[in-house]
Order: sequence, then structure tokens, then C-alpha cells
Amino acid sequence: MSCEIRVDGLVKRFGDQTVLDGIDLCLQPGERVAIIGPSGTGKSTLLRCLNYLDRPDAGHIRLGDLDIDAAKASSADVLALRRRTSFVFQNYALFANKTARENIMEGLTVVRGWPKAKAGARADEILAQIGLSDRGDSYPVNLSGGQQQRVGIGRAMALHADLMLFDEPTSALDPEWVGEVLDLIRQIADGRQTMLIVTHEMQFAREIADRIIFMEGGRIVEQGPPEQIFGAAQDERTRAFLRRVG
Amino acid sequence: MRPLDIAYMGNMLPVIASYIPLTLFMAVVGMVLALVLAAVFAVVRVLRVPIIDRVVAVFISFFRGTPLLVQLFLFYYGLPQLFPSLTSLDGVTAAIIGLTLHFAAYMAESIRGAILGVDRSQWEAASSIGMTQGQVLRRIILPQAARVAAPTLMNYFIDMIKSTSLAFTLGVTEMMGAAQKEAAGSFLYLEAFLVVALFYWAIVEILSVGQRWIERHLGRAVAR
Repeated sequence: MSCEIRVDGLVKRFGDQTVLDGIDLCLQPGERVAIIGPSGTGKSTLLRCLNYLDRPDAGHIRLGDLDIDAAKASSADVLALRRRTSFVFQNYALFANKTARENIMEGLTVVRGWPKAKAGARADEILAQIGLSDRGDSYPVNLSGGQQQRVGIGRAMALHADLMLFDEPTSALDPEWVGEVLDLIRQIADGRQTMLIVTHEMQFAREIADRIIFMEGGRIVEQGPPEQIFGAAQDERTRAFLRRVG
Repeated sequence: MRPLDIAYMGNMLPVIASYIPLTLFMAVVGMVLALVLAAVFAVVRVLRVPIIDRVVAVFISFFRGTPLLVQLFLFYYGLPQLFPSLTSLDGVTAAIIGLTLHFAAYMAESIRGAILGVDRSQWEAASSIGMTQGQVLRRIILPQAARVAAPTLMNYFIDMIKSTSLAFTLGVTEMMGAAQKEAAGSFLYLEAFLVVALFYWAIVEILSVGQRWIERHLGRAVAR
């Protein structure tokens, strides 16, 4: 099968520190991949590079007919990539000056150029899907952490991106809100949306992912189906990490 | 000590009041132009647009570093000597240009600070859904910066209203100029300038009510 998204030799440096040290990746259409690993090993940076929130220093990103050479990506390339990937932030990052409904509509009206009525109707569908039909007119400041993250996910869903990127979507949440957010991501995963999720929720990763990637030191150390990684990891570093997170 | 000539002050009220429109005209036009210019300057500085950024920095430095009165004299009396076509520049226009440039320099720094105060995650979230830099600024960053900058900008507007009184030094008869003429005829300086002071005060007070409304409006997204 062909890759929905293919990454070759992705490198990212911050100063003299190499955070991503040659990442190769191929995601099949509809594949759900979870990235695990110790903090500071480049998991989030990898996700951010795939949305060009961080600019990779070298490597290739291929998505459909889009082929981006990191060394010479134009701003048109960057916009095109961003319009085909959507990002869910750890800290939600909802537009503070927009209501929940407007947050979801924003990408449709401004980026996709949809008329307001059509985008509004789509936003209402998504609000229903994320269980917030009654909070559409609320501003982010008046929503709980769990509600904000559901809107953050809704905003990403609205774009119908080829690839959804989740950057530790539950790490900033109070424990009481984690369940509702995981339920929503599970629902999206069930729809066979191609997704890449960085998470510390091992049980959740095991449940929803087709494949687990273990990263350390800016490299992919090991990858495979959940039962293999969690049951019979080949690499000692993977086993040590899984023992620690228990 | 002599008593205040209240009757004279009463007679002056309609005279001074008739110049309120001119004062407000200069202040409002100056403020609108200054806001636009200041927003452009602030964005240029925040995005560090090459070369233009340096030009704007020097511009801001000059207009913050020299007195408004000196700037007005430069525009009205000085520049026409360099560009004869400017001789036809009337006092009101010169005053508006001077006020605009002077206050734009100050306001640009306020707006720049407010833009930098908007959380970086707002830029990232807006960029991540594929907005262009201009869209991010216009739709997400500037509206949030406006709320932060509003109280300061209103202060500048109040300052600008009062500064229109300097137009009288360019031969414009506005509120201050009218009071000056009245006083020159009657020698009742205290009464004349007291009346004009009360007018400025009243205008600013009325404006403060508007300020509270504007701040509430801009703050609706963060009202719990």
C-alpha cells in the first residue's frame, strides 16, 4: 500500500542540539499511530515539523502530490501542508477572541473560503459530535479544560485534514476531564482518520493505535503493533521506558 | 480680588461651543489616521520587515523625541520653505498631519507591546489551520491586542483632543483660539480660559463614558 504521508530523513536542530536526527516515517491511509517515549526526545517536535510549526532543517515530507524539501520549502508549500494536516495542541490554544462555534468555523470560512452559513452548519454538526451543542456561543474562558480541548479537536476535525496530529492532547487536563477527551479521540480513530498522536496514556495508545512508535534521542528506536511493543519489545530502551511508566 | 464675571462667562459659552465641531473634527480625523498608521508601524516592527522596520524605528524615535509644538511649526512654517507647493497647506490640515504623526509614533509602541503580549499559542493555532500571516494578524492577534491596548489608546485620544489646542499657534481659530480672541477683546483672561478649560474637561468626561463602553465591548470574550 502507498503512504498517505511519507517522511524521509527529517532533521531538526535547536542551536547545536539535534532534536530530530533523521526520522523516516510512512503512514498508510487510515492508519492510527501513537508515538511514545521519554520527555524531550523530539516526539512533539516531530509533530510540529509535520505542521511546520517548527521548521525542519533537512529531509522530505510527502503528502499526496505535495513534496516538501525542508531545505527549500516555500511559504506556499508550508500553507499547502498546513491545509492538509490539522493540529491539536496540548494547551488547547483556542482563539481567545472567538466563541466555540467561531473557533470551529474559522478555518472553513477564512482558509477554505466557505460561505458563513455553510461553515456555521458544519460547525453545528461538529458541536453536536463533540457534545457541546449548548456551548457554541461560549468563549473559551468560560469553558472547562475538557470542553476547551473538545473544541480544539472539533476545530481540527472541521478541516477534514488528510492527517490529524495530536500533541499530548490530555497532558494539560485535570484528571476529571481526561476521559471525555480520550472518548472523543477514540471516536475519531474509529472513523479511520489517519492520525499521529503523541501521548503518555499508554493504555489508550494500546487501545486505539494500529502501530506504536517508540522514540528516544531524536530517533525512532522501535515500532510495531501495540501487542508487540507492549508485550514483547525488542529493544532494551523500549522495555526500560515501559517499565518506568509502568 | 475681583469676583468672577459669571454673566460674561455665560455669554461666552455659545461662542466657544460653536468651535467644538472643529476641535472634534481635528481630533477624530487625527485619531483614525493615527490608529491606522500606528497599527501598520506596530506590525512592521513585530514582523521585523527588513529595511522598513529600520525606517519606522527612526520615524518613531523622531516623533517621540521632539515636542509636538516643534513638529507643528516644522510642518506649517518650515516645510513650505523646502517644498513651495506646501505653502497652500492650511492650518487645520497641518495640525491634523502633525497630530497624526506624533500620536501614531506613541500608539505604535503601545500596539506593538499589546501584540507581543498575545500568547504565542494563538499565532501557532492560527498558523496551524493554514491562515496566512496577514490573516493571523487581522483575525486573531490584532483583536486581542486591541483589548489590551484600548485603555492606553483612549488616553492618547484624550491627549490628542487637548493637543488640538496647539492648532491655534498655526493661526487656526478652534476652541482655544476663540477663547484667546475673546480674552484679547475683554481682558477677562481668567473667565475666558476658565470657560475653555471647562469645555475640554466636559468633552473628556463624556468620552470616558464611551471608553467604559468600548472596553466592555472589547472585553466580552474574556468576561466570565
